Amino acid sequence: MTDAKTPPTKKPVTVRQLRERRQVLRSIGAGAGVIGAAMLGFFPVMKKWTERLRPPGALLEDPFLAACIKCGQCVQVCPVEAIKLGDLDEGFGVGVPYIDARSQACDFSCDAVQCVLACPTGALSHDTDTKEQVHMGVARLSRPKACLARLGKGFKGPARGADHPGLHRYMEVDRWNPILISDHPYDLELCDLCVRECPIVGAITLERINLDPSDLRGTPVVFDKCVGCGMCEMICPVDPPAIVIDKRQPGEDA
Amino acid sequence: MMSLLTSIAEMFGRAPGSKPDDSAYSEGARALHDAKRTKEGKKERVAAIKAERDLHPSHKWRNRRWASILIVNALFIVSFSWDIQLIEGSLSASRVVGFHFADLNASLQVMLAFKEILINLVIGTATVLLLWWLLGGRTFCSWVCPYHLLAELGEYIHLRLTSMKLVRDMAMHRGLRTVLYIVFAGLAFGSGYTVFEAISPVGILSRAMIYGPGLALIWVVVLLLFEVFFTRRAWCRYMCPIGLTYGMVGITSPVHVTYNLENCLHEGDCRAVCLVPHVLEVTKKGYALKEDVALGPDCTRCGLCVDVCPTNSLTYDVMGLNKLL
Repeated sequence: MTDAKTPPTKKPVTVRQLRERRQVLRSIGAGAGVIGAAMLGFFPVMKKWTERLRPPGALLEDPFLAACIKCGQCVQVCPVEAIKLGDLDEGFGVGVPYIDARSQACDFSCDAVQCVLACPTGALSHDTDTKEQVHMGVARLSRPKACLARLGKGFKGPARGADHPGLHRYMEVDRWNPILISDHPYDLELCDLCVRECPIVGAITLERINLDPSDLRGTPVVFDKCVGCGMCEMICPVDPPAIVIDKRQPGEDA
Repeated sequence: MMSLLTSIAEMFGRAPGSKPDDSAYSEGARALHDAKRTKEGKKERVAAIKAERDLHPSHKWRNRRWASILIVNALFIVSFSWDIQLIEGSLSASRVVGFHFADLNASLQVMLAFKEILINLVIGTATVLLLWWLLGGRTFCSWVCPYHLLAELGEYIHLRLTSMKLVRDMAMHRGLRTVLYIVFAGLAFGSGYTVFEAISPVGILSRAMIYGPGLALIWVVVLLLFEVFFTRRAWCRYMCPIGLTYGMVGITSPVHVTYNLENCLHEGDCRAVCLVPHVLEVTKKGYALKEDVALGPDCTRCGLCVDVCPTNSLTYDVMGLNKLL
């Protein structure tokens, strides 16, 4: 009863207060929109929509995304322009470097690891000094039935067709400058391109499929020394390639 | 000292105070304020000055500034495309003739997310910190940032539409930028991802110019459209954490735009063109406590007010140097 006698004194809301209130609400809405837009970047990363092969020396995916400042200096120093930067569909991977090995692999044309030296933040770890220390992933014969060597077939002509833009440094052609792989045709009795062009000694060999000397067939065998540069994936003449790179996963040694 | 603290608080979002009390004026300022109360001949003076300005509108500083934005960004582009290696990298981090430079906000995001600090990044950050402290902090925004230039064009369209009464400037609370700054710093630290970099229009634009355009430009277009149709300069005024980072750098910077009370007619043309008009509150009639007042740290030193002021009451000022020259 006493409550009814003393109703709370409610001042009428002024136009100014109303405007300020709207302004604050609008600001909250806009702020939430900006934060929401940024957080959308989490989905492609969490769902692994785009699993990317990272450049030599890259930390594991999560610390790599954290450490990369998205400046692209690694892109600028690569002599074969193997390094590309991620786009909007990669979420937090926007501006983060990756290598699409099939279109242009890292073939260590730079001799040392120039991209690592260029990195200002250590996202490409400066612990990596030589190409043998790199561990981007590991090669895997994903389509053995398509492998020309396993079929006992040779290969003639440019590895990836006449108009493929891929570059590779052929030591015997030019020690210092990579050339177009389309300018370097082959004539092989038995295809061994993945072994022949591998820049790491002892990473991959071609083994006889059986002991019968009249049976030419061979199979590529990948060893621990493989650094996952992707040269074999790029040079493989069948399409889609018979050999691909599996990206390094957490838990695998650097 | 108090005025500096006030201007810092205003940068973080506090509303500018009301007209100061008479007792707060310095002696010189009081004399000038008193003199301005006599209306004698003022009308004629204002008319004459306005006629003069309409005949010779000045865009001196704006043109210099646009040239600066274009040249700096062009240097990044040609360094890569012509391989002349002057400025390698992009605005987030680069090497300028071999020396590490790193954007302060991008470095902060990386340090918070990665939680390990490499010496190169420290060198790059320190160099840039010193550089922008010397040049005035938010000078980065108006003299280098490519989004600033696009936003100025967007603002031009916005103002045209406003004058045609087709759109209305939906102003926001300036505290929003501080909130976003804290949220993005927290997100970087908590999630371990440089969350803000995914939507930083500066990084996106810089990379698009140097390495080629991509889908990420959609976000920049969305921001620009928002600024054209809804809120004038929404990103730079109310949101961008990069601006706040550089604003903090500029708190003690020697480079300022300085206001001189004596000839000011208090028409407010400067506040109408300014990106951050709260720094120009001092130009309101009766607000200046002293004869000369350096504008607060949120000022981007863009010079639009210097260009527009008909009485040269706003000028660039380099502390110490002016007395020497």
